[in-house]
Amino acid sequence: MPDTRRGIVAYGAYVPYSRLQRSAITAALGTGGGRGTRAVASYDEDATSMAVEAGRMLMRSAPDGLTPDAIYFATSTPPYLDKTNANVIHAALDLPSRVFAGDVGGSPRSVNAALRAAIGGGRPTMVVAADVRSGRPGSGDEANTGDAAVAWLIGSDDDGPLLAEWLGGASATEEFLDRWRLPEWNYSRVWEERFGEHAYLPLVTEAAEAAFKECEIEPGDVDKVVIAGLHARAVRGAARAAGVDGAKVVDDLTTVVGQTGSAHAGLVLAATLDDAAPGETIMVIHLVDGVDVGFFRTTEAIADQQPAATVAAQIEAGNDSLDYNTFLTWRGFLDREPPRRPDPVPPAAPPSFRSDRWKYAFVGSRDASSGAIHLPPQRVSVKGGAVDEMEPVPMADVPGTVVTFTIDRLAYSLSPPTIAVVIDFDGGGRFQCQLTDADPDDVKIGDRVSMTFRRLLTADGVHNYFWKARPIGGSE
Amino acid sequence: MGSKGIKDQVAIVGMGCTPFGEHWDKSVDDMLIDAATDAYASAGIGQDDVDAFWFGTLGSGTSGLTLSRPLKIDYKPVTRVENMCATGSEAFRNACYAVASGAYDVVMAIGVEKLKDNGMSGLVGAKVPDDGTRPELTAPAMFSLLAPAYANKYGVDTDEMKDVLTRIAWKNHYNGARNPRAQFRKEVGKDTICNAPLIAGQLGIFDCSGVSDGSAAAILCRAEDAHKYTDKPLYVKGLGFSAGPAAGPIDTDYDYTTFNEVVRSAADAYAQAGVTDPRAEVAMAEVHDCFTPTELVLMEDLGFADRGMGWKEVLAGTYDLDGELPVNPDGGLKSFGHPIGASGLRMLFECWLQLRQEAPDDRQIRAVTELGKTLGMTHNLGGAPGECVSFVSIVGSELG
Repeated sequence: MPDTRRGIVAYGAYVPYSRLQRSAITAALGTGGGRGTRAVASYDEDATSMAVEAGRMLMRSAPDGLTPDAIYFATSTPPYLDKTNANVIHAALDLPSRVFAGDVGGSPRSVNAALRAAIGGGRPTMVVAADVRSGRPGSGDEANTGDAAVAWLIGSDDDGPLLAEWLGGASATEEFLDRWRLPEWNYSRVWEERFGEHAYLPLVTEAAEAAFKECEIEPGDVDKVVIAGLHARAVRGAARAAGVDGAKVVDDLTTVVGQTGSAHAGLVLAATLDDAAPGETIMVIHLVDGVDVGFFRTTEAIADQQPAATVAAQIEAGNDSLDYNTFLTWRGFLDREPPRRPDPVPPAAPPSFRSDRWKYAFVGSRDASSGAIHLPPQRVSVKGGAVDEMEPVPMADVPGTVVTFTIDRLAYSLSPPTIAVVIDFDGGGRFQCQLTDADPDDVKIGDRVSMTFRRLLTADGVHNYFWKARPIGGSE
Repeated sequence: MGSKGIKDQVAIVGMGCTPFGEHWDKSVDDMLIDAATDAYASAGIGQDDVDAFWFGTLGSGTSGLTLSRPLKIDYKPVTRVENMCATGSEAFRNACYAVASGAYDVVMAIGVEKLKDNGMSGLVGAKVPDDGTRPELTAPAMFSLLAPAYANKYGVDTDEMKDVLTRIAWKNHYNGARNPRAQFRKEVGKDTICNAPLIAGQLGIFDCSGVSDGSAAAILCRAEDAHKYTDKPLYVKGLGFSAGPAAGPIDTDYDYTTFNEVVRSAADAYAQAGVTDPRAEVAMAEVHDCFTPTELVLMEDLGFADRGMGWKEVLAGTYDLDGELPVNPDGGLKSFGHPIGASGLRMLFECWLQLRQEAPDDRQIRAVTELGKTLGMTHNLGGAPGECVSFVSIVGSELG
């Protein structure tokens, strides 16, 4: 074998905790909605914070010591423009400065630009995709989209055992007006859906035929088919247009999670890989302003993989009690009266820069003489008073236990009341922070928690990213 | 302890205290003028007799000019003092040392706070630019962390805990109803307290001190000069102050059922004053009841109850106005609100009234009039559980 194979070395997916029942929309508006649920990024999440969570899942299952050469972050809902969102992911994953970080964005097809670059390159590359999607109240997008993130580590055999080898693919591109959004809009608009179907399906046929030919694969060789796209009607017709057996099409998760835009093809592929057997040929058909078709084949290594949390487990852990008014508030469609408290203050740039490993990667300090762990890092130890004998100690993946707590009904929050907990971490270290993805009525001393990367607030256009605790398991 | 103490070296010979409340019609200047004028009159002196001033405010102004400008002080030293919610006490403490040092004959400690002009709910602190990683808890939330930790440690169930907190609020409102200077001058029923809307954790609106405006002032001189100004001076017996590593929020040894700073500052003040059994020796205590769980924990930290027993003492009425050791006989922060720079001096003002037997009849403490106890104490803290500053003073109406 002269050529080094490239493919998926590791992956991670993140589905946020909250679900909105589509019937809640119908109940409130008398229109819209439908059956099933959609995943909802919490008020303290955005595309970047979710991408961090997916990246953390990936790093936990990646080969030890493997550092990507680059991170490409694809999102059509970037929290910042003019400022690289991927840098936040880079910082939160505590990657060395030599690792490149860049955004690809605009439309959901950008994720495929990043994947093509990663697959075509020679170095291990992380591709992360995330969207927070919604639409105007009562719209199809509001009900049928969802929020999620996915991360891929694309590399070669040299970087670690491939879970799935990239076999090749093909694309078809055509200019047509199906879905669009101006930068200042928080919703998309779509053309009449039968037109989109008319435009998309011939491109599916063209790309699929080219991909089969390119990879010397027959439709009958395909074991599983992943089909994703924001145009639901075209997605439904895609298997037939591609000439593949509809029975091989995997559940596209839209009933429970919704269509998650930039993340969705990857999310469904992740769910497929979670329980794939070695030697399976997986075809991905992505309808996304054009059509991209690709093939992966799982390897022997897939039998031994242990995902940090499978997509199915995260779906199972979801909470579908979110009410529609809260959903609208979180997404900015309901401008509610704030408490009579000062406006939130943004973090200042120089202090954030000085403490970036603490703020973004939750790295504390351990006193070499006493072993005491300090969160945030200190120079003088609380035990023994040793000065500057500290070493960094990463704490983001250490679980902890609630020592005491309170429900703060006065604090400013987009989703009051806030829950504050004091946590003692396993093996030492204490921190006081907010508890998220939790019911205020269920918190008690002794609860087990893990840390999660969140957007605490936005003030003066500055997003304040930091860590919160969440109940372990994510459900009650 | 490193404190040498200045027992019986300094006397309080005059005090003034404005009514506390929502003073829509009074400015910071007005309140300072009122408190200072009353203090001068109380000591029978004029402003020109005061050699130096210690002026406390958290946020109602900066520098000594905030005091000297309205009072037209004649080019004298004015020190502006800030130490969070213990600011008023800190002005008093530093003024005491100025007199004890011999640098001045007569000084004033004065504090003020105007909280009602900002239009916000609760206290609002100034924010230093930071990295946005500090927990953003409101004051009631910070102090409400004590309740579940205490209940869990000592096996107090949730309903019992609510009864204990309710009783503290009920007692302080009962006392405040007998104080014409208090912000809230009505008794509040236990059911009303218990069923009030929740603010943070178990704390309802009546578990929180109010938000008010006010000012208070004291005139100090050397003890040997005291009788030039009054027949009934109070003598400073002990002054304890503690600021620690503020490590509670990061140190797993801290259990949220005590204030280490209070324990240390109380031990220091008691040692200076020669007090060995505070519960028996002190006639009354004004303590920092910013929220009801704070007062509960303070009873143990100040040595008024054994560890884990404070809640039973509260329910037994030990700290009631007619109890064994009346706590917050003036109504406390609960009835007065907490105009930060003024509160520590407002506490001292109640000692001034009670130990001189000048409190109204329905509030005068029996331990002074009938049992002949001569010591009072004030306790003032700023910050939050695990990270606070704490002040304790012992004052007495007799030398020795």
